[in-house]
Amino acid sequence: MTRTVPPSSEPEATSATEPKDVAPAVALRTGTSDVRTLITSNLRQSGIYVAFVVIVALFAVLTDGTSLSPGNVTNIVLQYSYILILAIGMVIVIIAGHIDLSVGSVVALTGAVSAVLVIREGMPWWVGALAAIGVGLVIGAWHGFWVAYVGIPAFIVTLAGMLLFRGLTLQVLGNVSLSPFPREYGKIASGFLNGLLGGNGYDAFTLLIGAVAVAGYAVSNWRTRTARIKYQQPVESFPLFVAKIVLVGAVVMAFAWQLAHARGLPIVLIILAVLILAYGVITKRTVFGRQVYAIGGNLAAATLSGVKVRAVNFWIFVNMGFLAAIAGIVFSARSNGAQPSAGNMFELDAIAAAFIGGAAVTGGVGTVVGAMVGGLIMAVMSNGMQLMGVDQSIQSVVKGLVLLLAVAFDVYNKRRAGSSR
Amino acid sequence: MDDHILQMRSITKTFPGVKALENVTLAVRRGEIHAICGENGAGKSTLMKVLSGVYPTGSYEGEIVFDGQPVTFNGIRDSEHVGIVIIHQELALVPYLSIAENIFLGNERRGRGRLIDWNRANAEAGELLRSVGLDENPVTPVGQLGVGKQQLVEIAKALSKDVRLLILDEPTAALNDTDSAHLLDLLRRLRDRGITCIMISHKLNEITAVADNVTVIRDGRTVETLSLHAGEVTQDRIIRGMVGRDLESYYPDRESHPGEEVLRVEDWTVWHPTQDRKVVDGASLTVRAGEVVGIAGLMGAGRTELAMSVFGRAYGRNISGRMFLHGKEIRPRNVADAIEAGIAYATEDRKHYGLNLIEDIRRNVSAAALGKLASNGFVNGNEEVKVAEGYRRDMNIKAPSVLSVVGKLSGGNQQKVVLSKWLYTDPEVLILDEPTRGIDVGAKYEIYTIINRLVAAGKAVLVISSELPELLGICDRIYTLSAGRITGQVPIAQATQEKLMQLMTKEKEVAA
Repeated sequence: MTRTVPPSSEPEATSATEPKDVAPAVALRTGTSDVRTLITSNLRQSGIYVAFVVIVALFAVLTDGTSLSPGNVTNIVLQYSYILILAIGMVIVIIAGHIDLSVGSVVALTGAVSAVLVIREGMPWWVGALAAIGVGLVIGAWHGFWVAYVGIPAFIVTLAGMLLFRGLTLQVLGNVSLSPFPREYGKIASGFLNGLLGGNGYDAFTLLIGAVAVAGYAVSNWRTRTARIKYQQPVESFPLFVAKIVLVGAVVMAFAWQLAHARGLPIVLIILAVLILAYGVITKRTVFGRQVYAIGGNLAAATLSGVKVRAVNFWIFVNMGFLAAIAGIVFSARSNGAQPSAGNMFELDAIAAAFIGGAAVTGGVGTVVGAMVGGLIMAVMSNGMQLMGVDQSIQSVVKGLVLLLAVAFDVYNKRRAGSSR
Repeated sequence: MDDHILQMRSITKTFPGVKALENVTLAVRRGEIHAICGENGAGKSTLMKVLSGVYPTGSYEGEIVFDGQPVTFNGIRDSEHVGIVIIHQELALVPYLSIAENIFLGNERRGRGRLIDWNRANAEAGELLRSVGLDENPVTPVGQLGVGKQQLVEIAKALSKDVRLLILDEPTAALNDTDSAHLLDLLRRLRDRGITCIMISHKLNEITAVADNVTVIRDGRTVETLSLHAGEVTQDRIIRGMVGRDLESYYPDRESHPGEEVLRVEDWTVWHPTQDRKVVDGASLTVRAGEVVGIAGLMGAGRTELAMSVFGRAYGRNISGRMFLHGKEIRPRNVADAIEAGIAYATEDRKHYGLNLIEDIRRNVSAAALGKLASNGFVNGNEEVKVAEGYRRDMNIKAPSVLSVVGKLSGGNQQKVVLSKWLYTDPEVLILDEPTRGIDVGAKYEIYTIINRLVAAGKAVLVISSELPELLGICDRIYTLSAGRITGQVPIAQATQEKLMQLMTKEKEVAA
């Protein structure tokens, strides 16, 4: 019985290569994979890390090392933390196949609400912060409602939100800037934890936290590794495993060392680290996170697998509102006030960070860590060019090209992977 | 008198690994309605694609003679140039453009300065509409018309191209009875005007009602051409031509021990999500434990719609009827409820509805039952790999590891991933929609073996298939579905392809 098979269904195409594919699988399962497979299989991700290292090195050379000086490293953290916070939420939105153009306006509005309460009404700093978060959650729910339950594309909903919340910011502020915040509020963005263990020309506490972070990284990696071995899954060879931890540890300690020799551990860095860790776990390990990837990967298949797509989409936007509020608080604290034009174009930086970090325009792909590296690439570039005194206009041109090239690289990789595997 | 407008001689078309057409011959007389029928996948559409130039000259063997001249087509434009127009089953109209704009799309009526002369276009469109009996304003957007009227617009569009041979692929598949009758009437009037029609159809009652001759195609070969004028050729005669082949014995043996009833659906009615018609009409069926029950029906009969609406209302609107699982009424309102209740539905279109192609085997296997792997909302990734690995071994999924991306697997292996996903939800009832579509013979056998293992373990399995031999090979009982209604229930001992085909094509008679 022969059947006519349409040419597109390619019943034979892949099965022909199967015997060849099975062989390396055996090698994989017996324990270790070599460096080359590790790198090629993670090219999407590792490409970003390599690019990051190259850009850091490039600007270190171009600025005669100034860009890596203790003071400047601290500056980068303080200056770009709010973009990174936004990028965490944005990458989740993008993985699910949406986009959020409103976050800049939401940053402005949440900061403005907080400023009105704290500066104009004289309330304590935490009331302002809580109110900002409340506003962020409501805005997120608003977007989520229209996207998930009414079914309007997020591009439209958040484009409307961008205008809407910018307008409300002007209303709340009465078209004028408010400043300054009390000292405690400002600490959220420019405060430091230091001197807790005494100063010897450097902050020992910062180094201690750095060491704790490295130890935590090593332990969690070790536990993952032993669990994988218990489940008889492939793991990288032991020397490679150690090398990876030593490398990460060295980078973290060098970073901590620089911070320790400047002003110590920025509070905002702690906020950021907690968020990255939490959302890293949420996206990778929770049912919710997995459903986000499922929706972005194939909406119809996710629906037919029992994923409650509407609810998931709704909470994705609520979460984005929450993170935009955090970013709003940090930004208002850093700029020590609220301005009607605050947060302008932040959405584009956050979106760029997610895409440079390997997220796919079509959804279903992306990681929080990738988005952070993407954001850092943008941060290091902007900062480096500022140090070099490059004109704003040129900076914009360079950033635009980097975004384009990063996504082109991604598309190229995907095509290559499609043909070789 | 042999005045043939079209002769296709010894057409052979091969796709990698499959011979879709072998030595097919088709002769169509001038001014007749010529029907082509055959089972799904027999090669009808491929033949029409050869004729219309979708498959250009050179990609097949054989010769096409049109109006006495050998012709070579390198695309649809070439075939349209000589007056061959094909209207596909899925209409190719742009819903937001007006009737006139659609009719002259790609063939615009230009005035001076190469600009479109809309007055002329609308006036001509109006005439064309009158000639097909459609009373609509040419400036009405096509999206506002029903499917039946859209079909007429397609025909008007064909007429605007000075059509001499009109090919209609399943023209009435999506139409209700009134619209179908109207369309068939129009075909007769076109014939009277001298336009030759080729009509591909599953609906034998329509073929016997309007066609002059019918050519039967089976497994990529011409079986016979029958004249319908003498009035001796019955629907049964055509059916015999369509199915008359040997049943090959590649269905694994199984002893049947049906247990108690697991799923009962009563008086199930489903409306089309956007159109005003019933897709499933008062269907009732039961499936017992350890039983494989088949649903046979031609394309458009409502098979998938029935299955998906039962699966947590994933299709349709105004769904009415009752469902019982182990005798207890259930009312799943969404897919999650249905899965929870113990129903699984493996889709006919695994690439679009079944799998996340950019993810790996592991993630796809766990997708419908993540809750089983999670505590407090956290997924145990290692357990997940273990589960997937288990299914990879069990189902013999040929892939380097469970971390292989599903989009790169062959059709058969993808289907095994889909089955694994649903087995992991631990269902009571599995609905398998075209479980072996587009996969090779070896993988088919494996899928049948898996189905046998499931019923041996006491599961209830409902199989939808377009391939009658497959249903006859694996089922205990077969329901036939026609135009949304269950037209019969045949125990396997009494089932033959002819009998099923009769029930599948049983509809109200069309007025001649």
